[in-house]
Amino acid sequence: MAQRESTFLNMVVTLLVITLIAGGTLGYVYTLTEAPIAAAKEKAQKEAIKTVLPEFDKLSAPFKVLAEKGGDSLDFFVAYKNNELVGTAIKTYTKKGFGGLVTIMTGIDKEGNFYGYQVLEHAETPGLGSKMATWFKNTEKPKQSIIGKNPKTTKFEVTKDGGDIDAITASTISSRAFLDAIVRAYNTYEKNLESNSGNKK
Amino acid sequence: MNQWKNFTKGFIKENPIFVLVLGMCPTLGVTSSAMNGLGMGLATTFVLVMANIVISMVKSFIPEKVRIPSFIVIIAAFVTVVQLMMQAYVPALYKSLGLFIPLIVVNCIVLGRAEAFASKNGILSSAIDGLSIGLGFSFALVLLGGIREILGSGKIFNIALYSENYVSLIFVLAPGAFIVLGYLIAFINQIRKS
Repeated sequence: MAQRESTFLNMVVTLLVITLIAGGTLGYVYTLTEAPIAAAKEKAQKEAIKTVLPEFDKLSAPFKVLAEKGGDSLDFFVAYKNNELVGTAIKTYTKKGFGGLVTIMTGIDKEGNFYGYQVLEHAETPGLGSKMATWFKNTEKPKQSIIGKNPKTTKFEVTKDGGDIDAITASTISSRAFLDAIVRAYNTYEKNLESNSGNKK
Repeated sequence: MNQWKNFTKGFIKENPIFVLVLGMCPTLGVTSSAMNGLGMGLATTFVLVMANIVISMVKSFIPEKVRIPSFIVIIAAFVTVVQLMMQAYVPALYKSLGLFIPLIVVNCIVLGRAEAFASKNGILSSAIDGLSIGLGFSFALVLLGGIREILGSGKIFNIALYSENYVSLIFVLAPGAFIVLGYLIAFINQIRKS
């Protein structure tokens, strides 16, 4: 078959047909994958909540709470076991990461201490800042872990800045960002508690 | 062309990374571990094969002057399909490669093969060409990623080989990618010459 000539009409028609077919195919694939993608996202979020809270059997629908000091609001999930509150999972974020945005799922137990956390998204340097995924959970090294602590009794800043938490070796910026996200979650949690108890009176 | 020769050329003789030196952005970006390299390589292979097949099928309908935009639309469509599929069925892999998947569109290997091979050859040859170049690309990425992972985090495919205290972090960072790539290219060139 001979090559079609590059006349104006031929070019317009060819491009039109190609983009139409491509668009149609993509639309079809999108409808096909829409549900699995949503399910995978929800599953990932649920798994994250499970790792950051004590065992629970009921989870409240997520609700948004305006972050302390402005900025985007945070997602709160309240967990219950036998209708008793066991903790709150908070999806928090910071924009101060070495690679920009970092989102973290944190869990605060009913005593108001951090029970666990899981880094959801980050763009930190692999091998350095990316260690935040496990660094602050290491309860064998009490000075670098945040588990079982809260900002009221422990100063949630890296030791270099006069705080009580050991920063990741060679990743002070990522460590500061991590603590920024954690403190934002905690302060918003506190504020939310206050406003809730205020409402009840 | 002999199809077997057509198939084997992508590994050493016309390896897209070591010999053609194409697609350096994803190469340097994703190869911090062997697993990432493999995922990226296979995703690119799929796009290469599909794009090559479709382009060799429609090549005579496409007027010469609009061939580049036409190829790009076809490639971009396949990349988006891969992205959606990955997100839906292998979210863990999507999480580690997510940022680089859209970059396959502008990966010059894919457009390069479309332009240099698929637009001039039949469907079967083009499919084999895509497979060959794609697997050669994957092979190079796994090799590069593996070496960087062993030196930089003391692991291979996430299996620990030795203590993290002895690793040399530079190899998982960008400069390490350039250093390893340089040595690999020199090494492969030596093999090709002999």
